[in-house]
Parts: sequence; structure tokens; C-alpha cells
Amino acid sequence: MTDTPLGILGGLLLVAGATFLLLGGLGLVRMPDLFNRIQAGTKATTLGTLLTLAGTACLQPAWGIKLLLIGMFILFTNPVSSQVLARAAHRMGIEKSPQTVVDRLAEDTGENS
Amino acid sequence: MSGLMTAMTAVLCIAMLVAALVAIRVLGDKSLPIAILAAGLVSLLASVLFLILASPDVAMTEAAIGSGLSTFLFFFVLARIRSWEKGEREYDGEKHD
Amino acid sequence: MVELLIYAAATLVGMAFLLALYRFFKGPSAADRVVAFDVLTIISISGIVFIALAEGRGIYLDVALVYGLLSFLGVIVVARYLERGL
Repeated sequence: MTDTPLGILGGLLLVAGATFLLLGGLGLVRMPDLFNRIQAGTKATTLGTLLTLAGTACLQPAWGIKLLLIGMFILFTNPVSSQVLARAAHRMGIEKSPQTVVDRLAEDTGENS
Repeated sequence: MSGLMTAMTAVLCIAMLVAALVAIRVLGDKSLPIAILAAGLVSLLASVLFLILASPDVAMTEAAIGSGLSTFLFFFVLARIRSWEKGEREYDGEKHD
Repeated sequence: MVELLIYAAATLVGMAFLLALYRFFKGPSAADRVVAFDVLTIISISGIVFIALAEGRGIYLDVALVYGLLSFLGVIVVARYLERGL
């Protein structure tokens, strides 16, 4: 961990990724209903984890293949779990926040929930 | 960097204590799926703790068995019990195999 | 310089972990707690990467890979259970 330019870049990427993770956690606490929490929690933390992995790859270039594998895996699986969870919550009939203006899934399936 | 490890261990201990209290249904709402999920969370955090103690193979086994397999098994059995109870109420005790 | 940046990033990740833990402890519905579980495992993957970086051992990243796979499967199973399926 020397102070080469690549090392400084890696440290800055680590701090940026950790900031996005913190924003995701803050959105998880502050958002008004479940669907907003799913959006904030999943998308911000996906970007934060990818930036953290990129920063680690800059700090230790020999780990690049394994970090790339973890990053691809998170990039592929995390939106899928978010979507499955949102669909399950919609079928459970979780109440939406009063600011919600449109619900395309209820219009498509003909429900009124 | 032992200070970072110490701080991470303290945060993990707080988190495991909270998750264990949810898992034995002292805190939070008292529903059964949440208790199973909290037990899985205790296993996941314990695997990070094993990793801090420098044993990656034990951490991998703990994450695979304790969190993955046992959580999946508990939810599978809960779903079977739920469908069996529903079926028994419909058939009125004639058929339960 | 780089050590200082790593410490700052680890502190931010710890704060994010505590915020997600608050939502897991105090979520109104079951689905809120499942979302908090998902976020906690993703933040823990970053924590494992920080541990590997601090110890300088690349073998620890395998645990992060297993961790991501199992958190994905766990969330899928719980979501299917919650929508009366499985």
C-alpha cells in the first residue's frame, strides 16, 4: 500500500463506494414506504459495492479476476432479487405511500390493490 | 490495521446481539419467518467473525450451511406445514399423508 | 494517505451497516426486514473486501463470492414464501 497514483485512485474509489453504501443505508431508514426503500437500498448499494471492488482492484491488481467475478455476480443477481421482492410485496398488499401517483402493475393485472 | 479489526468486531458483536434477540422473539414483531431470517443473519455475521479470526474455510462452511441450507430448509418446512394445514381443513381429516 | 482513505471508507461502511441494522430491528412489515437483510449482506460483502485488503490475503475473497450467492438464494426463497408460493 504505497502512495503510487494508482493507489491514491484506488483509495478515492473506496471512499466513493463507501459513500454510496452510506447513502443506501440512509435511504433505507428515511424513505416513506417499502417500494422506495427497495429502490434506495438495492440500487445505491449495488453501485457502492461495484465502486468498492474497483478500488480494491486498483490497490491490489493481482486480485483482478476474482474481484471482476464478484462484481459481475452482484451486477446480475441484485436487480433480480429486488424485482422478486417488489413483486412479492405488491401481491402481499403492502400499502403505498400517499404520494404514489401511478401503479402500472395493478392496472395491468386488473387488481385494485 | 488492528484498530480497524477491533472496531469491526465491536460493530459485529452489537449486530449479532440484536439479531439473536430478534431470533428468539424477544424484540421486534413476534412472527416466525422473521425469527428464521434473523437466525440466518446471525450465521452470516458469525462467518464474518470467523473471517476476522483468520479462518476462511470455517467462514465459508458457516455461510453455506448455517445461513443457506438451514434457512432454506426452515422455509420449505414452513410452506409444507401451511399447505398441509389448509388441506386438512378442506378435507376434514380424511386424508393427511 | 492510502491507509487514511481506507480507514475513512471503513468508517462509512460501518455507519451504513448500523443504519441498515436499525431498519432490520424496527421494520414495520416482514418485507421491510427482508430488504434490510439484503442490504446488510451486500454491505457485509464490502466489509469482507475491506478485511481482505487489511490482511493482504486474496483467499478471503472466495468467502465474499459464497456470501453473495447465498444472500441471493435466501432473499429469493423468503420472497417466494411471502407471496404464498414456494
